[in-house]
Amino acid sequence: MVTMNKPKLSLTLAMFAFLGACASEHVVLLPSADGRPSAVVVRDPGGEILLDKPYAAAKRSRDTNKVYLSSPAEVKERFGQALAAQPSRPSSYVLYFEAGGNVLTQESQAAMVNIRKEIAERPASEVMVIGHTDRVGSVEANDRLSKTRAEGLRNLLIESGVRADKLEAVGRGERDPLVPTEDEVDEPKNRRVEISVR
Amino acid sequence: MIKSHWAALCSLLLLSAAPFAQAADPAGMVKVARGQDSIERDGKKLPAEVGSQVDVADRVRTGADGSVGVTLRDNTLLSAGPNSLIVFDKFAFDNTTQDGNMSIRIRKGTLSVASGKIAKRTPESVDFHTPTSVLGVRGTEFAVEVVGGNDE
Repeated sequence: MVTMNKPKLSLTLAMFAFLGACASEHVVLLPSADGRPSAVVVRDPGGEILLDKPYAAAKRSRDTNKVYLSSPAEVKERFGQALAAQPSRPSSYVLYFEAGGNVLTQESQAAMVNIRKEIAERPASEVMVIGHTDRVGSVEANDRLSKTRAEGLRNLLIESGVRADKLEAVGRGERDPLVPTEDEVDEPKNRRVEISVR
Repeated sequence: MIKSHWAALCSLLLLSAAPFAQAADPAGMVKVARGQDSIERDGKKLPAEVGSQVDVADRVRTGADGSVGVTLRDNTLLSAGPNSLIVFDKFAFDNTTQDGNMSIRIRKGTLSVASGKIAKRTPESVDFHTPTSVLGVRGTEFAVEVVGGNDE
């Protein structure tokens, strides 16, 4: 065992040393879009570095790690072209249904106009339609109902001219309520379909 | 001895499984493309254009004037600057359960990442590999540069 592993280990170390000698790397944590705390962990055979403040950065070269605080100016210089190519953030809409069935509320029918517009305007848009129910009825019945709602909306979008291959429909039943309730509670906010456009 | 036979067998299995994996597994779609960009798949070089699908096992390469932005199926946003090579080693995402995993390699160039639904639900199943390190994410936006990385 020991004699088998040793050459392997030293080969791995040699490879890292070799790569470390010719490559240099920078990793920078960027501020998160929603302002929530976030972090990146940089791991190598020697250990790990935690970057957990905006612009916290690690420079790696020749087996050395340097942790430093980067800046918006450095990020722009080093990553400007990569960041400029970042796709638009996906947007999410929530549509509501009248109780027990497959009919959208008045407001939600109006919101469909904006959704269609966004699907048409985004480059190479794709759409995920996710159905949800309240907790009235069995889990199985709600799985079917949520899928039916999602597929109903998918069909509505196809009828209004959206290409079918852009659209996926899934049902999450009563698993993911917007407003947590006891079982068998009629909660209008949970009878919804989420449309995510990316 | 037995161990090394297993290792050889496993790598053979991996090699033979790869073509099937990539045929059936879309990972994302190109949403932004500037300059000369390409997708390398099955030894073929395809142009990377807005609307091109990116599959598991694809290699996305940008030219000296190129940059490319890809949105993955879990809403992860990836974008690469000029002279970059990004390899989509693993990606799986189940829309219904929202379970999944991804493993992406940056061989050279620059890559910016805004992580998506998989990283939110199971951050431990998302990793990014540079030539010398592994980056783990905790609900994150970050950027990586590799200078002097391997071209293959």
